[in-house]
Amino acid sequence: METRAIDWWVGIFVLLGIAALVVLALRVGNLSGFAYDSGYVLHADFTNVGSLKTRSPVKIGGVTVGEVTHIGMNPKTYMANVTMRIEPSIKLPIDTGASIYTQGLLGEQYIAIQPGGMPQNLKPGATITMTQGAVNIDQMIGQMVFSKAAGSSKSSGSQ
Amino acid sequence: MAMLEFIPQLGRRTLQSIPGLGAASRFLLTSLLSVFNRHFSFQQLFRQIYGFGVRSLILMVVAAFFTGMVLGFQGYYALVRFGATSALGTLVALSLLRELGPVLTALLFAGRAGSALTAEISSMKATEQLSAMEMMAVNPLAWVVAPRLWAGIISVPILCAIFDLVGIFGGYLISVPVLGVDGGTFWAQMQSNVTFSGDILTGLFKALCFGVVVTWIAAWKGYTARPTAEGVGNATTLSVVTASLTVLGLDFILTALLFS
Repeated sequence: METRAIDWWVGIFVLLGIAALVVLALRVGNLSGFAYDSGYVLHADFTNVGSLKTRSPVKIGGVTVGEVTHIGMNPKTYMANVTMRIEPSIKLPIDTGASIYTQGLLGEQYIAIQPGGMPQNLKPGATITMTQGAVNIDQMIGQMVFSKAAGSSKSSGSQ
Repeated sequence: MAMLEFIPQLGRRTLQSIPGLGAASRFLLTSLLSVFNRHFSFQQLFRQIYGFGVRSLILMVVAAFFTGMVLGFQGYYALVRFGATSALGTLVALSLLRELGPVLTALLFAGRAGSALTAEISSMKATEQLSAMEMMAVNPLAWVVAPRLWAGIISVPILCAIFDLVGIFGGYLISVPVLGVDGGTFWAQMQSNVTFSGDILTGLFKALCFGVVVTWIAAWKGYTARPTAEGVGNATTLSVVTASLTVLGLDFILTALLFS
């Protein structure tokens, strides 16, 4: 084969490899997910974060508006301190609440934000105080079973 | 006593294989470093990348496409029992990026290019072309072996990246239009669970290691083949077998080291 043609093919081959890597990085590895880099930081203290992870989504009304960047422990209050980045165009009132919900029964956990109605907005770096931690399904089932058992023993005792 | 004969035999074999390993390592290093030798030709390197990489492309694309489609099917039937088909994208992507992409690329490469490399070098040796080069003061390591080694090392990671991408696309084609998994979930779950450095680059690093190992074994088996027609045949078979087993063994070690 002609040398020039070989050089062309090798060049195309290398470009294909680089293109594949770029597509993998952007489409599969979500390297473009640093879109929230320009966002502002908010904190929230929860009693229990469940299985929330860094990069878990932060949603308002089901629409993703940010992501969790860090989860730590407040050594004074023993509360889990969650740091998140929110899209800069989303301004939240100071009486905003945050809860941790699960997507479906076994899905991933995310932070749902309930915007309040006050005229003042939360400043970057502020902490959301009205929070509701993750619901522990094991605990709930346990409580349900125990209350059922207690209820049935009471009803059988009254007869 | 004849039964115990295998013990000294084992000792002799071990002692024999250690200098062999040393010689093979020196062979690899000398060849790789001879890019600075005046007999190393970039023209030859491009020619070999064309032979190893470009001409393996169709094989890799077809293999990757089918691998991805099978992964999609199998993953779906395992996950649908738990109502967890939303994890299908993650399953397909992580299996391909971490294990199947590098390993299958290396195995196919050993069969497609490694065998040809061994046959070429060993028949050059059998027809005394390598000795002729030495007579003409041309270093055969720099002129023949080095471009082929570098071509293999450069080609395998590129082929692996293409394999990963085509495989994931094949998995997508089966999961979303055929099996009816939600397309948005497929990509979103994949994106939230695959990391660029932890999964994609680590997989390509594996491919790079496999590229070194496969071409090294192929070149060494060719270079040390007995210079007969039978020797060429034996060397080619041994090259594919050794390279494939080494890739599988090395994959276990790399997985334990990189993903633990």
